[in-house]
Amino acid sequence: MSIMSYNGAAIMAMKGKECVAIAADRRFGIQAQTINTQFDKIFEMGPKLYVGLPGLATDVQTVAQRLKFRLNLYELKENRNIKPKTFLSMVSNLLYSRRFGPYFVEPVIAGLDPKTSEPFIASLDLIGCPMITEDFVVSGTCSEQMYGMCETLYKPDQEPDDLFETISQCLLNAVDRDAVSGWGGVVYIIEKDKVTKRILKGRMD
Amino acid sequence: MEVLNNRGVEDYQTAGPKQSYFSPYSFNGGSILAVAGEDFAVIASDSRLSEGFSIHTRDQPKTYQLTQNTVVGACGFHGDVLTLIKVLKARIKMYLHEHNKDMSSTAVAAMLSTILYYRRFFPYYVYNIVAGIDDEGKGCVFSFDPVGSYEREPYRAGGSASSMLQPLMDNQVGFKNLPKQARVPLSKEEVVKKVRDGFISAAERDIYTGDEVVVNIITKDGVEVERFPLRKD
Repeated sequence: MSIMSYNGAAIMAMKGKECVAIAADRRFGIQAQTINTQFDKIFEMGPKLYVGLPGLATDVQTVAQRLKFRLNLYELKENRNIKPKTFLSMVSNLLYSRRFGPYFVEPVIAGLDPKTSEPFIASLDLIGCPMITEDFVVSGTCSEQMYGMCETLYKPDQEPDDLFETISQCLLNAVDRDAVSGWGGVVYIIEKDKVTKRILKGRMD
Repeated sequence: MEVLNNRGVEDYQTAGPKQSYFSPYSFNGGSILAVAGEDFAVIASDSRLSEGFSIHTRDQPKTYQLTQNTVVGACGFHGDVLTLIKVLKARIKMYLHEHNKDMSSTAVAAMLSTILYYRRFFPYYVYNIVAGIDDEGKGCVFSFDPVGSYEREPYRAGGSASSMLQPLMDNQVGFKNLPKQARVPLSKEEVVKKVRDGFISAAERDIYTGDEVVVNIITKDGVEVERFPLRKD
């Protein structure tokens, strides 16, 4: 079995009108055995910048810590918040530095530009190939299911509340058809002046 | 020239026995989707037939009408699909001549299961979904695995884009993860619309799904066919 699906995860991000959303499931398991159902896979990287890390759980936490470390050095030197696009390059650089012995994570980035509040979403593969999109990105063990849901339910320029409903439905229905992800979800809605974190109840089987 | 091994230089076969291989299966893609309603059933497929990165034809729907009110969707290896449909049609004709009546949809499903299991150790590489009207006049859908395990269900997606279509149908037709007040049974027209939307989305992401979606609407009066265009790239 692939290392990428050893622990199981599902993460997606969506653009809305002057807002972005990022959502993840909450399961941590070892193959078919569920260990924890309150596991964090989305990490705060700034006041309006979040990164989701699906993949091998040990690398999820290592990469989250290494990214936070590099980010702290950047912000200390520059004395300002990082732009999402710059952060994307930082993630890409970290992952490519392990080109021949990679971290088994495929990150998703969602955030607003610290100055212009321009929405930004992107994803990378495990060796740091970046992809910036205008609508939604998905990553994790049930990416096909998430593509099926997002491709049908997504509409551009949604208000924050509608975006929350859309991303929640996309996530929950996708993970219910995947054995190694699910067990509840978490959604962050990132707006210009506030970030809302909501925990989703879902099927626990 | 010094001989290093019996394989010789790459691209230049020299000494050593020549081996030939034959692979009895290939994968020709295609997606199918069926939904059972109160007094109707809808079964749809795309019309693309492909292999690897090439498209054989853009006009090969994978639904086959077997009786007055039974349609089977079959995809996977198209060679096996053709053989299986030929066997099914022959067996249904034998039933007709022996009993002087059409086979019921439930009986077709049961027979298909035995035909598939007969080939348990050299299976038909075919994913089947049977849609029709049952003996009580209600819409019915039966889904199968390639060796004949089958089950009656309210809706089912099969084939290359099944993993994209199935969670969508859970949500939009099965009303999963929705409040109770959303659970209103869908009309024929609404089901056709949802099925069409599903295929449009699947065609965006699955290279083995596209060109056209062929929707069969089954009622007690027979089968109506509607076609809608999909992405052709």
